[in-house]
Amino acid sequence: MTPADRFAKLPELLADDGDLLRRGRWLNVECRVDIGPEPFHLTLREGTLAALDRGPRLMRSTVFTIRGTDEAWRHHWQRMPEPGWHDLFALTKRGAASLEGDLRPLLQNLQYFKDLLALPRRLPEAS
Amino acid sequence: MAPVLDPMVGRYVRLDIDGTPHRIYFEEAGEGIPLVCLHTAGADNRQFRHLLADPAITSRYRVLAFDMPWHGKSTPPTGWEKTEYRLTTASYTAAIRAFCQAMELDRPVVMGCSIGGRIVLNLAIAHAAEFRALVALEAADFQQPWYDTAWLHRPDVHGGEVCAALISGLIAPQSPPVSRHETLWMYMQGGPGIFKGDLYFYRVDGDLREKVKSIDTSICPLYLLTGEYDFSCTAEDTLRTAAQIPGAEVQVMKELGHFPMSENPAKFREYILPVLEKIAAIPPS
Repeated sequence: MTPADRFAKLPELLADDGDLLRRGRWLNVECRVDIGPEPFHLTLREGTLAALDRGPRLMRSTVFTIRGTDEAWRHHWQRMPEPGWHDLFALTKRGAASLEGDLRPLLQNLQYFKDLLALPRRLPEAS
Repeated sequence: MAPVLDPMVGRYVRLDIDGTPHRIYFEEAGEGIPLVCLHTAGADNRQFRHLLADPAITSRYRVLAFDMPWHGKSTPPTGWEKTEYRLTTASYTAAIRAFCQAMELDRPVVMGCSIGGRIVLNLAIAHAAEFRALVALEAADFQQPWYDTAWLHRPDVHGGEVCAALISGLIAPQSPPVSRHETLWMYMQGGPGIFKGDLYFYRVDGDLREKVKSIDTSICPLYLLTGEYDFSCTAEDTLRTAAQIPGAEVQVMKELGHFPMSENPAKFREYILPVLEKIAAIPPS
């Protein structure tokens, strides 16, 4: 499974996490997460994923974008990630990920987004 | 049934720091060599509660952990509401020396973490003769910033929650969830703008590059310990710093992050007990 294939499982992973849904209940935003070369457009409504659109969308606007290399996500999603790959800001500090756009909704809900982006760790390890 | 009490006792001490009266909260336990513990930026002395309750330490050390001015239960100075809090190398050093003097501690050991570790390096540079030994946790002469501190104090972002969420990634994934969340809870409870004010020292005022070369460990032994999951003060940052200080002892701690004493007390104990054993064996001068 590619890192993008793993991220595509996000709706089921989030639906199974009642605590994360509770913590995200104030959050409504459209944002984008790039898994390597593949963009994903997230529509978050009261903490739930109303839509996860995979692939390029012409003229699709987004409030903010989180980009990471395939290597970054592959390391980040290990069950026990290695030092320097274990946190979103560890990835940005090493230059393997970036944050762009209006970061206010991200910072207002930072733990939610960190935990959301770490959900693919719960999938079986990539072969 | 008798009450189940933790062994540490909390009190307030009155002292002046640079001519300003302060009421400083501290907790202490044990008897023997004074060991003063310095918490991380935006937190308080509770980070050291496991050391304060560890008979292997308190049987030989009088452990004292105080809340820095503006932190925890220390009362902010009169007129705080008209000031923007900003920690500097000078004000931090003055606070530590004032506490040690007010408590009449005879050449204490000082152990600090993060900003506490950085200031320990400054104590080694400027006041080594006042201390029996110095222990710098998660410390380096300088670290690359990894986020914009402007996000820490603004009305549209919850200060406590954003502080905790930012630093949550500095905790090792192996740390027990209960200790992880206790560590985060302390960050959620900091006063508005205090974490940001502490980081002024860390990022702007407290650059010790070049200065650490002047540390003389024959006057005061220096120990540096950094967790491998700390990407704020990385193991490489600490090793680079230690390489400039002849005689400094350095260790990278496996499966620990930026808050070793509170994020995984059992694991930290494996590393700190041998260091405290060595220090206890130093003949008093």
